Amino acid sequence: MLQRLRGPNLSFILGSLAFFVVVQILISTGLLNPYWQNILFWGAAMTMVSLGLNLIYGFNGQFSLGQFGFYAIGAYASADITYRWVRNDPSALVVVIFGSILALIFMLGISAFLRRFYGVATLTKFLFNLLAAVLGFFLAVRFINPAIGQPLYQALNGFPQGISQQIVFFLALVGGATLAGIVSYLFGIPVLELGSDYLGIATLGFTIIVKVLLDNTDTLLPFPEMKGARGMVGIPKWTTWPWVFVCFMAVVLVMRNLLHSSTGRAILSVREDERAAELVGINTASTKILAFVVGSVFAGLAGGIRAHDMAFLHPTMFGFLPSFNPLIIIVFGGLGSMTGTIITGFFWIFLLEGLLRLYLPEGFETWRFVVYPLVLLGMMLLRPQGLMGRYEIAFLRRPLPSLRVVKETPPTPAVAPKAEEVAV
Amino acid sequence: MSVAIETRRMEQRMIRRRNGMVLNRLSQAAFALAGILVFYAVARAAAANLGVFFQQVLNGFQLGFIYALVALGYTMVYGIVRLINFAHGDVFMVGAFTSFFTISLLNLHQWPSTVWPGMNPTLVMAIGTISVILFSMMICALLAVTIERFAYRPLRALPRITALITAIGVSFFLEYFGGLPFAFTNNYRTYPRPFEVFVLNAEMVPPVWLAVLWGVCVAAAIVYSVLKFLGQRGNIRAQAWQRNPLLQFGMLFGGFLGVVLTIVWLAPRFIGTAFELTASNAMLIIMGISIILLVVLQYIVRYTRIGKAMRASAYDKPTSRLMGINVDTVIAMTFALAGSLAGAGGVLYATAFKQVHHLMGIIPGLKSFVAAVIGGIGSIPGAFVGALTIGLVEVLSAGFISTPMRDAVAFSLLIIVLLIRPQGIFGEAPGEKV
Repeated sequence: MLQRLRGPNLSFILGSLAFFVVVQILISTGLLNPYWQNILFWGAAMTMVSLGLNLIYGFNGQFSLGQFGFYAIGAYASADITYRWVRNDPSALVVVIFGSILALIFMLGISAFLRRFYGVATLTKFLFNLLAAVLGFFLAVRFINPAIGQPLYQALNGFPQGISQQIVFFLALVGGATLAGIVSYLFGIPVLELGSDYLGIATLGFTIIVKVLLDNTDTLLPFPEMKGARGMVGIPKWTTWPWVFVCFMAVVLVMRNLLHSSTGRAILSVREDERAAELVGINTASTKILAFVVGSVFAGLAGGIRAHDMAFLHPTMFGFLPSFNPLIIIVFGGLGSMTGTIITGFFWIFLLEGLLRLYLPEGFETWRFVVYPLVLLGMMLLRPQGLMGRYEIAFLRRPLPSLRVVKETPPTPAVAPKAEEVAV
Repeated sequence: MSVAIETRRMEQRMIRRRNGMVLNRLSQAAFALAGILVFYAVARAAAANLGVFFQQVLNGFQLGFIYALVALGYTMVYGIVRLINFAHGDVFMVGAFTSFFTISLLNLHQWPSTVWPGMNPTLVMAIGTISVILFSMMICALLAVTIERFAYRPLRALPRITALITAIGVSFFLEYFGGLPFAFTNNYRTYPRPFEVFVLNAEMVPPVWLAVLWGVCVAAAIVYSVLKFLGQRGNIRAQAWQRNPLLQFGMLFGGFLGVVLTIVWLAPRFIGTAFELTASNAMLIIMGISIILLVVLQYIVRYTRIGKAMRASAYDKPTSRLMGINVDTVIAMTFALAGSLAGAGGVLYATAFKQVHHLMGIIPGLKSFVAAVIGGIGSIPGAFVGALTIGLVEVLSAGFISTPMRDAVAFSLLIIVLLIRPQGIFGEAPGEKV
């Protein structure tokens, strides 16, 4: 135990705890005003989304533009849970939590069932899993919610006010993340079979479909409280610094430990060469789905954080233009570098949304969006591997020496050609 | 020993696995059933309201032809440099704005009447419109070549993601720069059309026109098939004549304009006067110009030296270099062609919807890309067919499923097509090099 708390691990833990305490003190004493607090939380959320995308694209090599779709799903789901909860309606909580549990159980069962067959097509897998998930949520809506909705509400309200609120917030975050994970699993089964650019376009299509659905939540979908294109107001503002910190550290640690495990090495090997990975016995399909789902869960969690920080959600927050931000962040920071993503993610929000919005002179606020593409272009021209390349700080660095880049040297002939052959 | 037992158990388990074909067939049947149900529902709704159906078909053609112009740019650029050119939609936007300024500030659409006063107004309109479109095409070609030269060419040796990110950067730059108050401003602005728009009705369509259009279409088709037959027999002169772009032009022009005018002509007879079909001359002009451009492009790509060089470079760049093709010039030419088509598309789109905005390029650009993917990226006929499909599906779903869901339906179609046939309708299955 003490052995592991040495060196980089210890300094990382102490450093992050010190950071937590300092920020908490700043917030408590009022030195960090709500504006900058908001920027900090937003930066954390954006970094979590980008870390998820880095897991999918930077570490697993699957070009995805759908991260903001899952971010939106997490945000809206968790916001709906707490929105209804503070209006004495536990239905969303019960449906999301128990529906997710049932859907997961059913999907596990279906997967075990399908494993008894060979030659099962991807679309078949997709259909059966979809049916399982739909059945789970249907049961939750139809039977579980009427049965245990009110008793659960009473029971949770039996706790003191603050504690029940924290529990509900925790469940909302978990629910949003789980829902994003389930959707990404269902969507990932068929789509991850596609090649690089096709996957990007399909996931971009997913983002746009989610955006359109959010625009019509009150007309086409049965969620009048989300108010469609007018924006969802009245979400309780429950995000606090400890929550942000815990979620952020959870994301970082889960991702680090995942990448350092043997599964993580499988994920990396799929990026390096999918064929070769398959040939050494890695189940590339399930590896890709795993990375995709974990990345989307991070995005969903970040969505919950962001929703309860803003207390307002609007479909344009998840539209086409902002959906490229995570991609740009991970490319800036370096594909396959958690350190780079973390630095760039915070810096991105801090600079673009915090500093420049505040201090640019009147009439020049939109100039920041004119300049950053130029910075991006310069970056691509001068340092295409990103700010950090694949550098990691010591704590996040893989314990084994990383794979060395093998230089492609022309094969040297084993035997020197004979003189007369050269002459010919 | 335990390892042996374990291995035997695993073997037994493997043997007990059953064939999943039954499940696959079941799910295929389920998907097919769902598709048929959706189709049936839409067809019933369409049959119950034929007026809306025909109106939406006309709108779909109009939109589809504009998408086709933009999709061709995507598909050519992707075919030759394997890059999703996200900035293409913004070149389209710049084209629309160029024509906006040339019309509202320079009055370019009326220059013949100032040079030769007393000219026939129809002729003035035609020449003016064509010059507006040509000017926009020129500006957009220049813009596309500039983008290629300064943003994409220096990155060609690097991994593809860098070029993609650069494309996104260029796209954002154009969008946000266009939104600045001294550029295009961030307001929706009413577009002054270069020609007068009037609604067509059945009286304005003499049956002779219909006969001529259909006659041209059928005659071109017959001549084409005869020439093709003879060409397959080895007749070289027939092969040469078969390449004549006039034949393609006759088939497309006669066919599509014939369909539109026939619908306009038949509407009061079939649907009755309860539904007012609004087909304007703008629709015909848009389709006509698009067809001309498509045929010209097809001719350039198929039968000219530069087109041959383009196809060769798309197929294999190093080898084309060895054959003495200047690949950089060819790529620049491809971007110029793509940009000019996008410019024309922008002008036509603004003409159709009478509005310009600095973000107007995003969604049409994406849908055109979707069209290119559906048709099979890299294939020119594929882009055309895909664009018409997307235009029709989008507009029909707006009419019969749900108006706000039109974007979602278009992208769902994309995902479905990718799942069933990832290489697109006309695309070739990508061979994977190991």
